[in-house]
Order: sequence, then C-alpha cells, then structure tokens
Amino acid sequence: MRNLWIIASREFRLYFVSPIAYALATMLYLILGGIFFINIYFGLQTGQINPDGRMVIGPMVTILLFATPAITMRLLADEYRMGTMELLLTAPLRDWELVLGKWLGAYGFVAVVLAVTWVYPLILHRMTSPGIDQGTLVAAYLGLLLAVAAMLAIGLFVSALFRSPVAAFFVALGVMLGLWIVGGLSSGAGAGSQLAGYMSFVDHYYNNFYRGVLDLGDAVYFVSLTALALFLGAQVVQARRWR
Amino acid sequence: MIEVEGLTKFYGAFPAIQNLDFHARPGEIVGFLGPNGAGKTTTMRILTGYMPPTSGRARVAGFDVVDQSLDVRRRVGYLPETVPLYPEMTVFEYLAFMGALRRVPDLDDRIDEVLEQVAMLERSQSYIGNLSKGLRQRVGLAQALIHRPEVLILDEPTIGLDPAQIIEVRRIIQELGRERTVLLSTHILPEAQQICDRVLIINHGTIVAEDTPGNLQAQLAGAERLTVVAAATTPELTRMLEAIPGVTGIRAGARDGEVEVATAPGKDLRPLVARRVVEAGVDLLELRSAGISLEQIFLQLTREENDAQAGG
Repeated sequence: MRNLWIIASREFRLYFVSPIAYALATMLYLILGGIFFINIYFGLQTGQINPDGRMVIGPMVTILLFATPAITMRLLADEYRMGTMELLLTAPLRDWELVLGKWLGAYGFVAVVLAVTWVYPLILHRMTSPGIDQGTLVAAYLGLLLAVAAMLAIGLFVSALFRSPVAAFFVALGVMLGLWIVGGLSSGAGAGSQLAGYMSFVDHYYNNFYRGVLDLGDAVYFVSLTALALFLGAQVVQARRWR
Repeated sequence: MIEVEGLTKFYGAFPAIQNLDFHARPGEIVGFLGPNGAGKTTTMRILTGYMPPTSGRARVAGFDVVDQSLDVRRRVGYLPETVPLYPEMTVFEYLAFMGALRRVPDLDDRIDEVLEQVAMLERSQSYIGNLSKGLRQRVGLAQALIHRPEVLILDEPTIGLDPAQIIEVRRIIQELGRERTVLLSTHILPEAQQICDRVLIINHGTIVAEDTPGNLQAQLAGAERLTVVAAATTPELTRMLEAIPGVTGIRAGARDGEVEVATAPGKDLRPLVARRVVEAGVDLLELRSAGISLEQIFLQLTREENDAQAGG
C-alpha cells in the first residue's frame, strides 16, 4: 500500500514540474473557455441554447480522448527508454504496485485538471435563473471520472509495450478511437452488433451518464475496462523482464 | 552472501551465460572481469532480481533470486551500467524517493550521510539533469547505498569517469567492501587488480578463471620471474643463484649485469636471492618481481577460449 502511494505521489508531482502538464491544461482550458464563451455570448443571449452545465463536458470528452494518451505516454515507456526501469524493477516493489501507482498518479493529476472545469457550470448557475440541473451535472462528471480512469489505464498499458513515448501515444490513441467508433457497428440486431454496442466507449458514456442516468452496467463497463488494462499492463511489465 | 550454481540465461537461442558457478563471501570484493558482451551485465541483472534466469539457481544474502525476489531486492544495492536517474528531480528528491521505496528509517539523516560518503553533500539541492557525468555516477552510487545493503552489485562503476573521479570512486568502493559483499564488473584490468580480493574472468558466458589477482598471475605464468640487476655478472654469482632451492632456471638479461631468475610458483625468493648476490661479493643494484600482468593473463585466457571455440 505504501509503495503505491510513493509511486503515485512521485508521478503526480512530476506532472506539475513537466511542461507537458501545463501545455495540456492550457490547451484544455483555452478550448473549453472559448466554447463556453461562445455558448454564453451567442447562445444564451439569443435564447437559442438552454442553460446546461454540460456545455463544456460534451467537448471535454473528445479533448480527453486525445489528451489522455499524451498524459500516459511516458509513464512506462520513458522508464524503459531512460533505463530507470532497471532501478524500479530491482527495488522491493511488486510489478502491479508500480503499474497501479503510476495510474493513480496520472488519475490524480487529471482529477485536479477536471475539478477546475467545474467553474464553468458554477458561473452558468450564478448567471441564470433558476440555475442549472445539478443532478445531471454530477452524473455527467461521475461518468467522466469513470471514463477517464479507463482511458488512462489503456494508455498506461500501451505505454508498457513501448520504449518510445510517441509510439505509445499513437497506439493508445488508436485503441481508444477503435473503442470510440466500434459503436457505429452496433446498429444491427445480431450478436456481433450487440457486442460492438457493449464495447463502445461512447455509448456507455453518452447514453446514460451524460443524460444524468446512473446505470450500474455502464459503471461496470468502465471499471472492468480499467481493471483489465491495468492487469495487462502489469503482465507486460512482468513479461518484459524475460525479454 | 552470493551463491551461484549452474546459472544459465538464453536470449532466444543465444546463450548469454552458461552454467556459471561462483560465490562471494561477506566482506569480499569480487571483480567480474571480461570483454564487452561476455555476460557480466546479464549475470548482475539476474542477481538483482531484474530478470529471471533460464535455468540454474542463485542465492543472494540467503534468499533465492527467483522465489524470494523481494527479499533479495531489499538487501541488494545495485548500480546499473547506465546510471538510472531522473533528470527532473533534485539529488535529494531522488534519494528520498529511492529511500522511501526501500523503507529507510530516519531518511533525511541517512541521505545526508550517504551524500557525505560520496562527497556530494553540497549538491543535494541540484537538479540531476545539471550534474556532470562523474557526479551522476556518485548519485547512482548513493542510491545503491541508501538502505545499507548487505550486498552491493556495481556494473562498470568507473566507466566514463575522468582519472581523478575513477580514483575517488575506487576509494569509496574499497571502503564499502570492508563490511559488505561487493560484486563489481569491469573490463579495466588494473582496476580489478587494484581493488578486488578475487577476480572472476568471464568470456562468452562462462567463467574461464577464478582466483585472487596475485594467484591468477602466479598460476598462469606457471612460474614467477625475478629480474636481478647487479654491478657485474660473475660465474660465482650464477652458480650461487642456481643453488637456491626453488630456482628453476637462470639466464642473462637484456642489459649488462642483468640476470633473469625463474622460480617455482607460490614462493617469494627475493630475500634469499638478495642475500646470495651479496654473498657472491657483487653489489646488488635492483631486484624486482617480473610477474606477468593481469592484462596478459586476461588476453591469454580469453584467447585460449577463442582458439578452442574456433577449433571446436
């Protein structure tokens, strides 16, 4: 347990001294700020758009699809590239503790970044009367936290496969895009379509959480996806010891 | 402290090490000597729990490296060949991280202690990325020492350092070797000769020789040679030297007054030789042991091995 905390806190702090984190946060807030402003200024004024706290969450999911591979790409690939993996793997530390700790650190960082985005709905709530639907907002954020957990776990797993962070970025992005578009195959009625529908990342988020519905099935989907990716990540680390 | 039996590691079909057998006792500095690609790093990685062997057993500090890997890792300090450092951390942060993973009590005091040991106390707040190669090596060494390991495994600890730094690092290793088991690899022969109690010569993944640096020389030369320089060479002198028990041959040296005396291995005949020269009524100008260097042994051993392989 303590090892997890040591690894996670180092990883978490590292984000705040690395330029990637600031570049990423800047980009995210800039885009969200822009979208928010446009929505408020043009939408609300003309009454075309209803005041909805999720006006920043919708685009945020898409941005995070690209941002999470950038957050996770160096987590393990860099350790392999710099040779520091040798240090970690010869320390009294289990392989799964290393993987889980890294994931926790990254998750903590993203949670902080996401917490800041809460200001947009708050502003909106103050500006409008009777305000926005808080329940829907909470559900949407909850779903977002679960989805991000899975995205980071997938990115971390892919990062364990590579020595090059850039390769890890593109492959992780590819895997996530694959899970994203697989929902497009779910229109049919056969078992394949059903499976595609169940695997779809988007369906599990937008169909329920985003609409304010808390569904256990969706939560199970994201949690099991996270667990599977972390398990595979630890397996890869262990397997790479043999080379 | 370190016991290795029949250790073998294959990378695919390539045997990196084959059937290694050796041991190291507490308080002993054992040198692992061999050309690049001989299997030194592979062996060290197995001993530190980084990778499992294909077959064979290894015990470090009483624990099996495969079955009790975590116990082994707790007791071993390891400095890999490419010193693993995080450039974005300060020296202090880095050691605090490694010390925390290794559950070092009173960590802050201990960090100061190891930094003093490697003479880096004043750089504890420097970012590792800004340090010179020699200083980084020392930080790596500090990392290997932070948890007071029983066994220290150092892979090419002096590679890439300037001569003054090399001397400094060797001094630190010798100091550490007094109370711990140290296994270090090197391909620099004088280094092994200078700091190791025992040398293992490894080539193509097998140990070709193992002994103290002194014995290795004696054993390999088959005999030791003494060079005597006297004011003059007289028949009387030759006769008296030949009469010494243990002397196996005498021949004139390259210079005037120089005599080369071949002796049986394992005996230091220098005092006796000196006395006889004086008794023969000749002034003794110089007397030295002309034992062959470890370098020659190393070349000879590894060459024999290569020839055998080429022939077979």
